[in-house]
Parts: sequence; structure tokens; C-alpha cells
Amino acid sequence: MKPEDILRIAREETEKQGFYKYRINICCSSGCLPFGALNLLKAFENAVKKFGVESECKVARAGCPGTCSVGPVVLLEPGGYIYQNVTPEKAREIVKSHIVAGIPVKEYLYANEAFFKKQLRLVLRNAGKINPMRIEDYIAAGGYQALIKCLTKMTPKEVIDEITASGLRGRGGAGFPTGQKWNFVAREKNTPKYVVANLDEGDPGVFANRTLAEADPHSIIEGMIISAYAVGAEQGYIYVRAEYPLAVNTLREALRQAKAMNLIGENILESGFNFNIELRLGAGAFIAGEETGILASIEGRRATPRPRPPYPATSGLWGKPTLINNVETLANVPPIILNGGDWFAKIGTPKCTGTKCFSLTGKVNNPGLIEVPMGITLREVIFEIGGGILRGRKFKAVLVGGPSGGCLPESMLGLPIDYESLTKAGAIMGSGGIVVIDDTACMVDTAWFFTDFCVDESCGKCVPCRVGLLKIRNILERIMKGEGKMDDIDLLEELGVYVRDASLCGLGQTAPNPTLTTLRYFRDEYVAHISEKRCPAGKCFKEQASLEVKE
Amino acid sequence: MSVSSVVKIKIDGVEVTAYEGDTILSAAKRASIYIPTLCYLDGLSSYGGCRLCIVEVKGSPKLFPSCTTPVSNGMEIITNSERLRKFRKLTLGLILSEKPHICSICVANGHCELQDLAKEFGVDHLRVEREWTAHKIDLTHDFLVIDHNRCILCARCIRACDEIEGVHVLDMKMRGKDSQVIVDMDEDWASSRSCTSCRKCARVCPVGAIYVRDKPFSEIKDKEMAKFILSRRGL
Amino acid sequence: MMGELGKINFATVWLSGCSGCHMSFLDQDEQILDLAQKIQLVYSPLMDAKIFPENVDVTVVEGAIGNEEQLNLIKKIRKHTKILIAIGDCAVTGNMVTLRNALDDGAGAILKRAYIETATKNPQIPNDVPKLLERARPLNEVIKVDYFIPGCPPSAHLIKYVLTEIISGRTPNMEGKAKYG
Ligand SMILES: Cc1cc2nc3c(=O)[nH]c(=O)nc-3n(C[C@H](O)[C@H](O)[C@H](O)COP(=O)(O)O)c2cc1C
Ligand code: SF4
Ligand code: SF4
Ligand code: SF4
Ligand code: SF4
Ligand code: FES
Ligand code: FES
Repeated sequence: MKPEDILRIAREETEKQGFYKYRINICCSSGCLPFGALNLLKAFENAVKKFGVESECKVARAGCPGTCSVGPVVLLEPGGYIYQNVTPEKAREIVKSHIVAGIPVKEYLYANEAFFKKQLRLVLRNAGKINPMRIEDYIAAGGYQALIKCLTKMTPKEVIDEITASGLRGRGGAGFPTGQKWNFVAREKNTPKYVVANLDEGDPGVFANRTLAEADPHSIIEGMIISAYAVGAEQGYIYVRAEYPLAVNTLREALRQAKAMNLIGENILESGFNFNIELRLGAGAFIAGEETGILASIEGRRATPRPRPPYPATSGLWGKPTLINNVETLANVPPIILNGGDWFAKIGTPKCTGTKCFSLTGKVNNPGLIEVPMGITLREVIFEIGGGILRGRKFKAVLVGGPSGGCLPESMLGLPIDYESLTKAGAIMGSGGIVVIDDTACMVDTAWFFTDFCVDESCGKCVPCRVGLLKIRNILERIMKGEGKMDDIDLLEELGVYVRDASLCGLGQTAPNPTLTTLRYFRDEYVAHISEKRCPAGKCFKEQASLEVKE
Repeated sequence: MSVSSVVKIKIDGVEVTAYEGDTILSAAKRASIYIPTLCYLDGLSSYGGCRLCIVEVKGSPKLFPSCTTPVSNGMEIITNSERLRKFRKLTLGLILSEKPHICSICVANGHCELQDLAKEFGVDHLRVEREWTAHKIDLTHDFLVIDHNRCILCARCIRACDEIEGVHVLDMKMRGKDSQVIVDMDEDWASSRSCTSCRKCARVCPVGAIYVRDKPFSEIKDKEMAKFILSRRGL
Repeated sequence: MMGELGKINFATVWLSGCSGCHMSFLDQDEQILDLAQKIQLVYSPLMDAKIFPENVDVTVVEGAIGNEEQLNLIKKIRKHTKILIAIGDCAVTGNMVTLRNALDDGAGAILKRAYIETATKNPQIPNDVPKLLERARPLNEVIKVDYFIPGCPPSAHLIKYVLTEIISGRTPNMEGKAKYG
């Protein structure tokens, strides 16, 4: 295949889709699947047949538009109508009224306009709108044009310069400048080189990467091929956790179709560039997402991190230069190539450009997957997009950055979301998990919960994380039982700083965050537990009688 | 290998000449500057797990394990700040509190690197409560014993068995606090068909976890062993 | 820090330990005479006082906390003493006394072992011994300890060093000295 063939497919497919006046996208991603999304797909197909609107209404399987809490969800175009909690019965009604009569069924519509109002969907540009199982859908939406542009009009150096100009930073957590990282790998003489797409996503309650892969796998693949072209790699691996069967299947099918179109493989689109991609399934350990952990796992060893330097850019897979990027980082690449780095750099804040996907969960009215421009405030995310606190309760804290993120109080709600501001406040961007906590939660218990997760996920290689974190958890436990001492507060702080500073990898370096931030912002709750044996939220001391210290 | 180029670094304010490819630890050793270590052993690959050898590098807020961090020209290293001493002391206290180390009844008493380091750093008590889980003791082998109650998970035995003896009998199972050294596919030592009974693991174990039964400890423990074998091999 | 006659009120206590630390304490030979000039012994297994007095300046405690009586006693001691020193591994880390902690019903197991399995006559667990705690504990898990002298037993030399420093109002430097076991 040549570039022209891809452009021809795009034209033909667009034309074909243009025949239809309506398109009903049924979300068949992991959030809606268990609620009968596939049945719904059948129901819609039958309904359009029954009402004789087959020729003007396309019924298609699609990925997640982000409103997962009200699934099964259906996105009806044109107009971007989202129907929530759709059943086969409702499907017939929707077809009858919306398609046949042209009147949307108001009472079934997703009513939270605010949910989308402040979002900016760049990475999720196609999510929910195309059929992830058809490469033609992606191509018709402008897919693989960026790759063609790179292969036909740009040198690898120009590609890297464009990414550098965009200011794009890694979405896997640390926010390292992507252009710079590509440059490090590109300048290495040692070959072969490898690229790895990181889709481990081991944080509980975080599902942005999975959703992306399920909804728009080719955006990841295209970004990856471009990155390989830029750094001169011939082999790539997508590292997915095996607990994501639908993402795995979607990616597998996407890779097969891309290969069939010669978008990966030998002599890609007759450019002379060769690049292959294989899937690697991980057993789902949080630590396997750490970059040196991934390398070990792909090489067939236990996913244990190792100290850096040497960085993977110089010595990665089998000692060869290796580029590791998060899948969301990669999905940003095609639009940057097409629209230019300058265009991208205008989105977000000057130091933190573009958008970021977040999994918004916890006690908010509109949980789900969102994508917002960098620099948006926490308040906007929680109270506008998220629609405020569930059941009208009071906001207490928000955990930003997954299980090793920081718990920020109400006074920090004006904080703009960018790497530096979050870090300064004691949180991290991390994997993009935002958990909203209301006034029924005890902050000591909250710190314990996330610390306990990290204790379980610690690989055990280094002492600060393996033992230090365990002791932090135990001290928190002691405080929750009413056996805490005043000295424990200082000890927790000392241990927290030690684990943060002395641990080998990012897990240990961030795992004390929930403890350190709750100590910083909610110290009075610790004091109440220790000196008054009282839990301000009324959570702890339920079995107080039996645990009462024998004073 | 080509002749490595010389780099100039400063350790604790002293100008030191090192070679490219040196770790901070090897450069410091050559300059007779002491940095405490525990999981590191001359002749074995570096592990970076115990964090005792961490140092500060000027211009970075991070701490670097000197046994794995390569030197680079102009690096200014601090090996002994108050923060480092405090952290090392914490590390030792944490290791001692992870397992029920009871030195008075331990085979390694008096010949234990952990015990020596605790003394050196004045770890005169444990600031956190100990874990009291009972761990396995494998007594099945004719003369080798592994007592997991004293294992500090430094992986020296694993590396010696793999890199020096070349059989890779030992490895680690589970993760985090549940990590444990295993023989073959987590079998009794006696049923291992790959173990050559060479005792190298016992020689490099810094504590009283792997030892040879009925042998005085001073005869078993041998910090120089790995280096010696490598030098004989001309490596 | 002065008691009667300008001397320091000094106490030593023996909890769950083997008395080895007290032996080591006495093992200071003639050097103990130096110490004797500065202190007034007010409570000790070495003498006949039955009740722990109030206003003690320095108390040296040997042994872990193994039973309820000891638990109450150590709390009382803490209340009545200005400086409390844990001496020996049992007091500092729990040492062998805490071996039972790893067992499911450790206290039950040792009672059974001591009074039933090894009894030659009339095996039965007496009910007039203080109740064993579920877990034996080092002193600092229960009360605040000011200074620690590890060792099993600590050398007479180390004990003297630490006591001299403390009595002279200095903080002992334990680097290179604090050897367990
Ligand atoms: C404990 C731990 C877990 C991680 N998990 C992931 C993950 O699931 N996905 C990811 O992309 N990056 C993860 N990272 C970050 C990676 O180490 C690495 O920085 C990232 O993949 C680099 O890609 P980027 O530059 O595109 O962000 C994790 C890091 C740590 C310390
Ligand atoms: S910080 Fe934790 S996860 Fe990372 S290497 Fe150390 S023990 Fe393993
Ligand atoms: S291994 Fe070392 S530190 Fe542990 S009990 Fe034995 S002598 Fe003590
Ligand atoms: S005795 Fe030798 S072969 Fe056997 S486990 Fe130890 S090091 Fe490996
Ligand atoms: S057995 Fe010894 S050498 Fe092996 S990991 Fe444990 S402490 Fe280290
Ligand atoms: S999975 Fe269907 S809306 Fe998110
Ligand atoms: S000696 Fe360097 S980390 Fe253990």
C-alpha cells in the first residue's frame, strides 16, 4: 500500500458514512459491556430494521464517551445526543422518536451538560464516535494522516522538533518532556532500538488508558509508529495488563488491521521504514508500570525496578536504547503532527501544554472519564464537570494522582491542575486519578487505605518502601484503634519523608503522599484520634470497647 | 574495552580522579573514602536495594545509591551529611524490625554485617514495633540452612548463585513484605536438583540467614569470596 | 538531679530478664565504687525495698514486659522517675522473651510448656502467677524510655560509660557502641 491508498480509503469511507443521516454509537467499552451493551446493539439494529430506517441510520459499535456511571450509554449523531441507562425497550422508542420523527426523547437524555462543557477532547477525539474494531473508521476520521505526513514530508529530526515545540510532557505521571526523551533515544548509536507503549495502568479506580485503548486503539498505534520513526526503532511493544481483556482484544484486532494495510511491518507505505509491534501482557502489578519494571517484565523477568541511571533511553530492553511512553502521551502525537506544535502549545498553560485525561471518581454526582485542558482548577473539575458532591454532602478532600497521590483540602480547590502546582501542594499528576472525598470520610482511615494498597504493591526490593511503608501503615492502624501516641505524628512525618527521599523507584517515592498530605492538611484529625480517642468522622473506634487500651 | 577516560569529581570536598564507568562507590573506594554498604558485594552485580550507600549529589534534591550510580565529570558528592546519617540509621532500624532478629541466640552473633552496622550507627533501640510473623526455616539440606526469620532480602545469595556459581538455584518469590528467597521452584532445599551445594550463598549472606550447619561462622562468612573468584577468572 | 546528701536517687528494676544485666552492672568491679559515691540506691532487687518510691532520679530497668504485674509496675516507675534507662536487649528489643510473640497463643504455649509438659509432679497451670500478656514487649512500646543500653548483656564498660555520661548531664553517644546480642 502507498500513502495514496490510505487517502483513498479515507475518501471512500467518508463518502459511505455520508449516506447516513444518523449514526447511533453504542458504547461497548468495559463500563457498559456488563450492563448489556451487546444486547443493546442488537436491539438498535432490529429497531432500525423494524422502523425501516436502515438506509438513513447507521448503528455502530463504539467506545466510551466518558459517562460510564449511567451506562449503557448511546451517543447519537449528529448533535452529540447522549442517552443514558438505555434498555432494549428504550432503544425502540429512541429510534421511533428521534430517528423516525426527528424528536429526541428528552427524558432518556444525559442531562448534565456541564459534564462536557469544560472538557476539551483531544486525546479522546474519537472516543465514542468511531467503531474501534474498524480501522476504516479511524482513517475516515483523519487517522494515519499524521503518519503519512511524517513518512513523506518530515525527517525524524523534524518530527522530534515538532513534538518539542508542542511542549508535550509524559502523561504516565512524571511529566518528562516528550520531545527531549525522543531526542535522547534518537541520538543513541547503539541498535536495535525499541519503543514501548505503557498501558499497565495499575492504579485502582483509574481507567483512562484502558478506555482510550478500547475506544480508539489506532490513535495509540499511530503515535507509536511515529515515535519509532522519530527515534529509529524497528520493534515496539505495547504492554497491557491482562486484566484488560477488551483492551487487549481491541488492540490485537487493530494491530492485525494495521498490519494488513502495511501501516506496520516491512517497508511501511513504501517508505523504506520498518516497524513491528507486539502485545505483551502483564500480570497486573502496579509496579509493572514503572518503566524499569516494564523492561524486566518484557524481558521475561520479575517486574522489579532497578536504579536509574542508566536510563532506558541509553540502556533499556536487552541493554538497547528504548523509548517508553504512556499511551495517552502517544495518542497526543498525531494531532500535534497534523496541526503543528505551536497549535498544541497554545492549549493549557505555558509550562504544561495540552490536555489531560482524568478518571473522576468518588463522591461526585457525575463520575466518569474526562479530558480537560491543563491549568483548569480542581474546583471546576469537581463542582462543574463533576456536578458537585453526591447527595448534597460537604466536600472534604480530593485525592489527586492515584493511590500515591495527595489529599488536598477545600482551601486548595483553586489550584490549577499542572505538574508543578500539584507537586508543590503535595500531590502528583500520577496516572490521572481524582477521588473526591466527602465529610463522611476519616482522613486517617483514608491515608491508611491508600498506604495499605501501596504496601501490597511494593516490589520489596528496597528497604524504605518495603519496610518503611509497612511501618507507616501499622502506625496509622494503631492510631485508628486508639492506641496512638502523640510522638506518632512526628514519627509518621519522619518516616514519610524518609520513604519519599530514600526509595529506589517512583512507587516508594510517592507512596507516603497520602500520609504526608493528610498530616499537613488534616492534622487535627490525627490529634483527635490520639489525644481524645475520637474520630471526627465517626468511622474509627467502632469496636472501641474491645480495643480499649488497658490503662 | 577501550581505555576509559578520566573524570574529575569531588567527594566530600576532596578532588578525586575517577574513570568513566566507575560508580560513585568504586571511585570513593579507590580514594579510601568510606561509604557504608550492605547489599553490595565486590564481584557481584549491584542491586541498589538496601539504600545504605545513598549519597547526595550537589544540584539534585534526590539521593543516589552510590553502588549503582555512575560518576560523571564535575559531580560533587556528599557521603556523610546529617540527613544521610539519619536515613542510614532509620534504614538499619527498619531492617532489624522487619524480622525477629534476636542476636543473642543467633548463629551469626558477632559475625553479622547487620549487627556491625547497627553498632556503627548507634542504632540503640527500635523506634517502630517489630513484625512478629514466624517465617520458615528450611533444614532439609544436608548441611545448608536457610532461616527466613533473619533474611534481610539483600539478594546477595541469589546473585552469587547466579553470577558466580552460574546455576541460578535461588530467586525471590512474592513481593513487598511477603518477598522470600526460594530454592528452585519454591521447593525444599534437599529436593533441589540444580543446587551444587557449593556454599557460595552461605558465604556471601551478610547475616545469619543462610549458613552451614555445625560450622563456626568465622569460617563460613567471606566478604571477599566473590571478588576472589572473579579475579581468578580474570574478569 | 540531687537527692538526700547531694546524692542521686537511683533504682534498678528486674522485669522479664535473666538478671544477666544486673550481673553485668555489678561487674564494674572497683569502678562501681566511683558510682556509689554519687548515688543513693533506693530500690533494687539487690536490696530489700518492696515498694517503688516516689521521686527517683534515675531508674535502670532490665527485662521485657511479659505480664500484667510488670505492665502496671513499669507505668508506675515511669511516673515516679525522672530518667529511665532500658538496659539489655530484653528491655530494649524484647529479645528472647518476645520469641513467643510469633506463636498463635504464645502465652498459653509457654505456660503449658512450663507447668504441664515438663512437670514431673502434679501438672497444672497455677492461678496465682501474674497473667501473661498476649505479647511480650520491649519497654519503649509501652512507656517513654530516655536512654537505651543494648547488649545481651551489655558490657560493664558500656554501662559505666552511659551512666557516667547521664549523671554528668551529657548525652551518651552510642555510635560504635550499641551492640545487640
Ligand atoms: C509505581 C509506578 C507505576 C507506574 N505505572 C504506570 C502506568 O501504569 N502507566 C504509565 O504510562 N506509566 C506508569 N508509570 C510511569 C512510568 O515509569 C514512566 O514514567 C512512563 O511510562 C513514561 O511515559 P511518559 O513519559 O509518556 O509519561 C509508573 C511509575 C511508577 C513509579
Ligand atoms: S520503591 Fe518500592 S516498588 Fe520501588 S523498588 Fe523500592 S520496594 Fe520496589
Ligand atoms: S542475623 Fe545478625 S542482626 Fe539478625 S539476629 Fe543474627 S546477628 Fe542479629
Ligand atoms: S549452595 Fe551454591 S548452588 Fe546451591 S543455592 Fe547456594 S550458591 Fe546456589
Ligand atoms: S538469605 Fe542472606 S544473602 Fe540471601 S537475601 Fe537473605 S540475607 Fe541476603
Ligand atoms: S464505558 Fe460506556 S460510557 Fe464509559
Ligand atoms: S549497597 Fe548500595 S543500595 Fe545496598
